[in-house]
Amino acid sequence: MKCKKCGGKAAINMRQHKLALCKEHYLDWIPAQTQRFIEKYKMFSPEDKILVAVSGGKDSLALWDILIQLGYQADGLYIGLGIDGGFGYSDKSLRFCQRYADRHGLNLIVVDVGKTYGSTIPQLNDKTPRGKEKPCAVCGVSKRNIMNRAARDGNYDVLVTGHNLDDEAAVLFGNTLNWLDRYLLRQGPVLEAERPGLVRKAKPLFRFYERETAAYALLRGIEYIYDECPHAVGAKSIYYKEILNQLETKRPGAKLIFYLNFLKAKDRGLFAEPVIESEALNTCTSCGQPTTSPAKCAFCRLVELPTPD
Amino acid sequence: MTATLTLRNQEFEVKSGMTVRSALEKLEIPPESVIATREGELVTDDELIEDGELIKLISVISGG
Repeated sequence: MKCKKCGGKAAINMRQHKLALCKEHYLDWIPAQTQRFIEKYKMFSPEDKILVAVSGGKDSLALWDILIQLGYQADGLYIGLGIDGGFGYSDKSLRFCQRYADRHGLNLIVVDVGKTYGSTIPQLNDKTPRGKEKPCAVCGVSKRNIMNRAARDGNYDVLVTGHNLDDEAAVLFGNTLNWLDRYLLRQGPVLEAERPGLVRKAKPLFRFYERETAAYALLRGIEYIYDECPHAVGAKSIYYKEILNQLETKRPGAKLIFYLNFLKAKDRGLFAEPVIESEALNTCTSCGQPTTSPAKCAFCRLVELPTPD
Repeated sequence: MTATLTLRNQEFEVKSGMTVRSALEKLEIPPESVIATREGELVTDDELIEDGELIKLISVISGG
């Protein structure tokens, strides 16, 4: 297969775009497309101070790399979850982030959950039945709280994450299967800081397939953690991705159309804002972050639970 | 006349002469879920698999 731009040997074929590109043109195409999406969806401007949440995985490190190439001022935030899984998963992830930051002279902020809050993510999971059944849910609550806090305390204008199209389509698929209207209403490439204490969030890679962000990382020589998070084994999100990839194989573009047409439908008012959605946010009495709870937020309640014997 | 495909800790033997895509279909691996590499270089799935060679598949799905 030949590169559509130069006729050289293609490194990747994107069937949904009917576009095959060689290494050189692919490495030009991804940042150019990212810039187009940043502008199209009004994510942030060159003057903004950006915090990139990095996990050591391909997506977030690719995002940091792209933003730096595009000339944005972006610091990294790594959250040490304290997950071992028999091979030092979190320690290994941190090393990839730190190595990337050091090689490019970038600033990496590290928040160690265990040292900062007294319990690692596996220890928090052990405290609740929910954590034992759905470890990713507890991890998600914790990361959202810590990311918002770090961005707010560091006076960042926007917090960006490496979510790709497959991540977004899988979440949409799950929310649609269960008709979770409140979650559907909130899903999108930009989450505005609508309430005091909340930091604006954006997902600049949301239109790239997971395969494309992986290809970018590999072609750029970005070293990332290839091992799957031990807690994610059997996660529903992975199952949904597998189903969507089966659809994509038979019908190229199915994932992209599913997600982009959802955004269009939302813009047309398909998911009207219900009255209950305008409920006031309170301030957590412990950490000071916004919460729908009248006292302490979900994360602080979790951290303060007694440790099981 | 065979070649080897690897994916994480798994190893598959396939007939040489078929395309990467045909091999993936035969092995029931969705092509969208992997990137095929030959000697460290990315290859598109219309590439013919040569006799005795090793194609390393890189899983792209992550989640949680």
